[in-house]
Amino acid sequence: MIDVIGTLRRSWQQLIAHIDFPLLFITLAIMAVGLATVHSATFDGNQRVFSQLGNMGVAMVIMWFVSRLPPQKLMSFAIPLYVLGVILLVAVFLFGIKVNGARRWLPLGFTRIQPSEIMKIAMPLMLAWYFQKYEATLKMKHYFGAAMLLLVPFALIAKQPDLGTALLVGSAGFYVIFFAGLPWKIIVGMIAAAAAAAPILWGMMHDYQQKRILTLIDPTTDPLGSGYHIIQATIAIGSGGAIGKGYLNGTQTHLEFIPEKHTDFIFAVFSEEWGLIGNALLVLLYTLLIGRGLIIASSAPTLFSRLLAGAITLGFFTYAFINMGMVSGILPVVGVPLPFMSYGGTALVTLFLGVGILMSIHTHRMLVKK
Amino acid sequence: MGDFHNPEADLDRFRFRLGFAAATVLLAFGLLIGRFFWLQVIQHDFYQTRAEDNRIALIPIVPNRGVITDRNGVVLARNYSAFTLEITPSRVSDMEATIDALTEVIDIQPKDRKRFKRLLDEAKNFESIPIRTRLTDSEVAKFAAQRYRFPGVEVKARLFRQYPLGNVASHAIGYIGRITDRDLKWIEEAEKQATYKGTDHIGKTGIEQHYEFELHGQTGYEEVEIDAGGRALRSLKRIPPVSGNNLQLTLDAKLQEITEQAFGDRKGSLVAIEPSTGGILALVSNPTYDPNLFVDGITPDNWKELNEHPSKPMINRAINGAYPPGSTFKPFMALAALEMGKRTPSQAINDPGFFNFGNHQFRDDKKGGHGVVDMYKSIVHSCDTYYYILANDMGIDNIAKFMGLLGLGQRTGIDIGKDDSGESKGVLPSPEWKKQRFKKPEQQKWYAGETISIGIGQGYNAYTPIQLAQATATLANNGVMFRPHIVHHIVDTKTGEKRPVEPQPIRDLKLKPQNVDVIRRAMVGVIKEGTGARAFAGAPYEAAGKTGTAQVFSLKGAQYKEGGTKKELRDHALFIAYAPADNPKIALAVLVENGGFGAQSAAPIARMVIDYYLLGKLPAGAAKEDSAAIEEDSEE
Repeated sequence: MIDVIGTLRRSWQQLIAHIDFPLLFITLAIMAVGLATVHSATFDGNQRVFSQLGNMGVAMVIMWFVSRLPPQKLMSFAIPLYVLGVILLVAVFLFGIKVNGARRWLPLGFTRIQPSEIMKIAMPLMLAWYFQKYEATLKMKHYFGAAMLLLVPFALIAKQPDLGTALLVGSAGFYVIFFAGLPWKIIVGMIAAAAAAAPILWGMMHDYQQKRILTLIDPTTDPLGSGYHIIQATIAIGSGGAIGKGYLNGTQTHLEFIPEKHTDFIFAVFSEEWGLIGNALLVLLYTLLIGRGLIIASSAPTLFSRLLAGAITLGFFTYAFINMGMVSGILPVVGVPLPFMSYGGTALVTLFLGVGILMSIHTHRMLVKK
Repeated sequence: MGDFHNPEADLDRFRFRLGFAAATVLLAFGLLIGRFFWLQVIQHDFYQTRAEDNRIALIPIVPNRGVITDRNGVVLARNYSAFTLEITPSRVSDMEATIDALTEVIDIQPKDRKRFKRLLDEAKNFESIPIRTRLTDSEVAKFAAQRYRFPGVEVKARLFRQYPLGNVASHAIGYIGRITDRDLKWIEEAEKQATYKGTDHIGKTGIEQHYEFELHGQTGYEEVEIDAGGRALRSLKRIPPVSGNNLQLTLDAKLQEITEQAFGDRKGSLVAIEPSTGGILALVSNPTYDPNLFVDGITPDNWKELNEHPSKPMINRAINGAYPPGSTFKPFMALAALEMGKRTPSQAINDPGFFNFGNHQFRDDKKGGHGVVDMYKSIVHSCDTYYYILANDMGIDNIAKFMGLLGLGQRTGIDIGKDDSGESKGVLPSPEWKKQRFKKPEQQKWYAGETISIGIGQGYNAYTPIQLAQATATLANNGVMFRPHIVHHIVDTKTGEKRPVEPQPIRDLKLKPQNVDVIRRAMVGVIKEGTGARAFAGAPYEAAGKTGTAQVFSLKGAQYKEGGTKKELRDHALFIAYAPADNPKIALAVLVENGGFGAQSAAPIARMVIDYYLLGKLPAGAAKEDSAAIEEDSEE
């Protein structure tokens, strides 16, 4: 009898050995808020709530599995995953199917995939591996090499065009390079160059991207088109006030003024019903998530795991900041979901892949030191 | 940096940068909180007012569907405005009671209630939903007098599709109907969801379906102020819709009408094509139906009647009926023989009235045979024995190859229906086809004896009338083949630009002119002195043609007696023709189900069609069966 309990306990401990509980609880809390908001935002008999629950189940199994892989194992995925990602992106460029004027999807007969999603993980993984490899001999030229590794997928994604994902992939790569010690001079120089190049970039943008930026500055110029999203979302947030209209009482939501209200604009729904207090709590949750991630990065034993953990953590920040920024009207609408909140399986899987990697890095750190 | 590398310093630098990142995160989130504070506390009243009092709803304005006209501008499908009685759900508190009260004023049937209920489930509550369509003037007046009793109920003018010629060309034009789940999937695949907001009808068959996205147009919007309850207060702004593109057909509506009348109550099909372009002049499938029945949702009774009627009016025989071509196959066989060098025009056989193959005897229709028969005579007198021998000499593979080039046994790709899956392929017999068609090995084998009846257009041969018409048109056009198409051009309503549908031929068979000429002379012979002579007696133009009779079932040795067979077991009558023979303006294929001999029932219809098209001559009445034709020309 005792033996059975002992065995059970041991196998349970074995099962949860690589789970980082602070990280798990924070993400669970954000997801609970997300589910409740999806319920409020959709009127389909909770179809999407259940579907999202299923997505979460799948994503967390993936997280559990990844957390058990030691970082050395993760390193061995860097090149294959990156190469696969680039090949698929080229395939999208050649054979992808167009949806709403952008070529993002690759048909695979039974289903279709969005290869740019792979790059969100493959990019930091690859660059972290790259800097680990040249750790002892790091020279200026290696930063250029890293920049090349970053720019090829970035350009392919931006070309689709999918500016939102390109920004996320590009920033994930940039964070690795930044943490690897890119000299401040160059960073400042790049910012100055970017400011100078802005007019040129403007010329290269697609009409709809230019339009989005213009309507950001003055949404009222296009109240029926791209300005409509921003205006209605801003009204939702503003009318929510300090304490919100109450759960399930958001009129903007329930009269269907908020577009894409269970996906990219879910924050407007939440904000309308929970007000400034709710917003502050949600931002606090994200801060805790990022704080935990940075602590993991700080205590990581190898350069590879440090860079990867740092980049993934800042990735979460980028998602959250861009999404809340665009919904509240201080950033252009680029189609980035709110992490752990927005409805959608693909994004959730990618996010939990990241969480799994963080847990792997943290729970294997002692083993490395030994 | 440099060559020297210090791990401790690296770690310190990393941690410093982590700290920098953390500070940036806090700063950015602080910025967000600041923004929220601005919106939710400082500007709260402003947004509160906007949310509570000023809601803007975008109500789609459905565009006018494109108009379909025939080649001469005769309107075949248009829109008309009719009054509907509509209810705005959000303004009515007790829906059942309101409808009950309305029933006292205006005739509302259970089916109207049913439809209303379905629409109610789908709609937003600030859009009005029709409870009755097509109000008469007196109904409108009646309601107007009682209007005060019914807040939230109003009479509105809506556009309805109308097919002014009713049954004429219904199989070609098709009809529109309410959007179903299947249509929604189609719209989604085409990524047209945005422009179908507010649209509730879509092309279901025919041209209406094939050109759906041309005809539909672009949806406009009305910006309407609504209050917190969803009630519309006033219109703010209107983005007008863009009407759908108009279609001008190659079809001649008058010709079509005359042809349909010529069929009378006989089942069958006629396809007439302009050989130099592939444009369809007439596409008849008889019996027809009235597409107007479908526009407002067909009643179950009408639907049942159309679908269960023994003559199957809903089937488009022109593209979906596959029939053995019978003797109309012979000119194509003769052409194949010339092109492949298997016969010369003067090479003759002696026809004893039968052809023995193995232990089977293939009989000619004419007892005692036709005597000495060359190619000309084989077509003019429709000599079977000549083609039994020819088929045997050519072999099935050669036959299949040539007929395939003529488009037989393949979908023509005519612009009717959503895609070409609505069109039948027919059967171009070949050993490969048999292998795919049958499962048992003993059935899969091709027997040499089967080739012989293929030669006279019987056996497994089965082609749609449009395929036969296309092959005839290709022959008339010296081997240059066009895709049959029924829309001549699309008129873009925005730019006024006319886009032609089919400017290029799809294939040139590179036929030798002298060979085409041999066949032409023989087919002219059919009209002048052969099986088509009676039907075309006195025609002021020179036509080329060939009669045909297709067995509905095998008469196993029994003598065919036209009077002694039940009507539904009588043979199908066929006729192919083009005219004028030296400069063809029209090519056609006619099929009359159970019409008996081609000369008897199919050829007179062809005569009537060509007379009208070339001479503008209107027929006196329906084309009569010409029983006398059999007595003189029973040789096909």
